Amino acid sequence: MLELKRITKVFNEGTADEKIALRGIDLTLAPGDFVTVIGSNGAGKSTLMNIISGRLSPDTGEVWINGRDVTALKEHARARYIGRVFQDPMAGTAPHMTIEENLALAYNRTKRRTLSLGVTKQKREWFRETLRTLHLGLEDRLAAKVGLLSGGERQALSLLMATFTKPDVLLLDEHTAALDPARAELVTELTKQMVEQHRLTTLMVTHNMEQAIRLGNRLIMMDGGQIIFAAEGKEKEELTVERLLEAFQRIRGSQFASDRAVLSS
Amino acid sequence: MFSSVEAGLIYAVMALGVYLSFRILDFPDLTVDGSFVTGASVAAVLIVNGANPFAASAAALLAGFAAGVLTGLLHTKGKINPLLSGILMMIALYSINLRIMGKSNVPLLQQETVITNITAVWRQAGLDAAFNQLVSFTGFAPRTWAVLVSMAIVALMVKGLLDWLLKTEVGIALRATGDNKPMVASFSANTDWLIVFGLGLSNALVALSGALVAQYGGFSDVGMGIGMIVIGLASVIIGEALFGARSVARATWAVIGGAIVYRLILALALRVEFLETGDVKLITALIVMMALVVPNTLAAQKERQRKKRRVRQLERGETVAGAETNYKSV
Ligand SMILES: Nc1ncnc2c1ncn2[C@@H]1O[C@H](COP(=O)(O)OP(=O)(O)OP(=O)(O)O)[C@@H](O)[C@H]1O
Ligand SMILES: [Mg+2]
Repeated sequence: MLELKRITKVFNEGTADEKIALRGIDLTLAPGDFVTVIGSNGAGKSTLMNIISGRLSPDTGEVWINGRDVTALKEHARARYIGRVFQDPMAGTAPHMTIEENLALAYNRTKRRTLSLGVTKQKREWFRETLRTLHLGLEDRLAAKVGLLSGGERQALSLLMATFTKPDVLLLDEHTAALDPARAELVTELTKQMVEQHRLTTLMVTHNMEQAIRLGNRLIMMDGGQIIFAAEGKEKEELTVERLLEAFQRIRGSQFASDRAVLSS
Repeated sequence: MFSSVEAGLIYAVMALGVYLSFRILDFPDLTVDGSFVTGASVAAVLIVNGANPFAASAAALLAGFAAGVLTGLLHTKGKINPLLSGILMMIALYSINLRIMGKSNVPLLQQETVITNITAVWRQAGLDAAFNQLVSFTGFAPRTWAVLVSMAIVALMVKGLLDWLLKTEVGIALRATGDNKPMVASFSANTDWLIVFGLGLSNALVALSGALVAQYGGFSDVGMGIGMIVIGLASVIIGEALFGARSVARATWAVIGGAIVYRLILALALRVEFLETGDVKLITALIVMMALVVPNTLAAQKERQRKKRRVRQLERGETVAGAETNYKSV
């Protein structure tokens, strides 16, 4: 379970480049919730993800995971609860290490690292089994350097590394954006499969509205550092891209009008 | 030549330390120039004051570890960039080393050292005769095999230890830290501590090597570490170029080989009439430059030739397609 309480974040406060990235975000994810996040460039989606993962700390507000306030925990300490896949396929894996070594690193996300062997026979077998679920033939390339894999293969591996240890919260930030349509579809399919299999509480950023509607049980739209639209259950099931755009126009339009009113008065 | 191999094996321990910081952690750590002398000074002073030379070498190792840890803290907690952290430690250690020794040079000639101890035991066991017999067909008989064999054992033990460590859970996190640091944090490893630990270990090896070099050469001198990082790099780069670095175990072999080859090249260079011992650093720099430039140039040349070949192939028969003829007329 994930709770965000009145999160705000300002970059370069007090300078000419001041940028309010998040304005009081409140959001609660029940266990097993799969929330898709859409919003224009600069809406604050990645900033929100970084604040949840602990890479950035909020100016105000709190992050709670499983009923525990984790706001003060550093990224590496918080990572015990969080699985993450980044937009850049290079970001989620160690390119000069082998597939099995990368998996071994991910395996220790929830455990203390010791001086025992990272890749044992037993683990190798298990890695092989888990890799088989990707249907990419990676199970036969355990000793291959990850840098030799294609972007799609790497992203599928990143996804596996983030999920096979069943994180309490899974964060996906445009993790299919750098892939060609076929590969993106594959990784999306794998995402769905893994989230369902482990019943993961998931927050997924995407620019693909159709995908945002199709996946998950909740959808939120962000703009200007705020959540401006949210839908769940039946309402979400009935969403279409047109209705979503319409809602955006309506909300942004009125805000635009009120902005103008403020300026002219 | 024989003594070059001996020296190569002792310096190989230092080169393995440099491999750990430079290649595994991707941290160009200049502390080495200082921590090498720290190891030498600590060992020399303890030995002169009557300590057991093995204990003195162990103390040197710990002193090196501490120096590396400080560099790591400067970088991770003090947010100073890697190069500058190392330079600051290096310069600080210069004064500290002087303090440890109390003067700029501590001779060890009349002292009992690790080297004299081992040689004595070796002689008693009569092992030289056995080794000489082994190579009798060459007619070659060195002063003693003791140093070569014992230092080979030390270098191999360090190699074995590194190979093992880098395969453990902690070791995998350490390697990943040098490969993709942000990603390691997202898998709940504390990269700050890994860097501190890695640099500590690296400089521990460098200091151990310094302690052994002092006992082998018979003195510790405050200037003996100048350019040590470059010698370490030379060993790593030459080794990787000659012997490859596909896996960690392969790379550590290569580093030991590189350290020996470097000593041999240096010995050969110094035989040239015109060159003097003072030119050693210049020769070292040239060796590293060549080891860096030559493989690149060769690769670029190969690539050019490959392209030329391809163009010739196209010109010969495969130009039927109109697009290609057009392209050539442009
Ligand atoms: N480190 C930073 N320093 C200064 N400003 C930043 C920083 N990171 C983000 N911003 C600004 O904060 C705002 C929100 O950025 P963010 O990356 O969260 O947007 P996003 O919704 O992820 O956009 P995109 O869809 O383009 O990925 C942007 O205006 C951005 O320029
Ligand atoms: Mg973003």
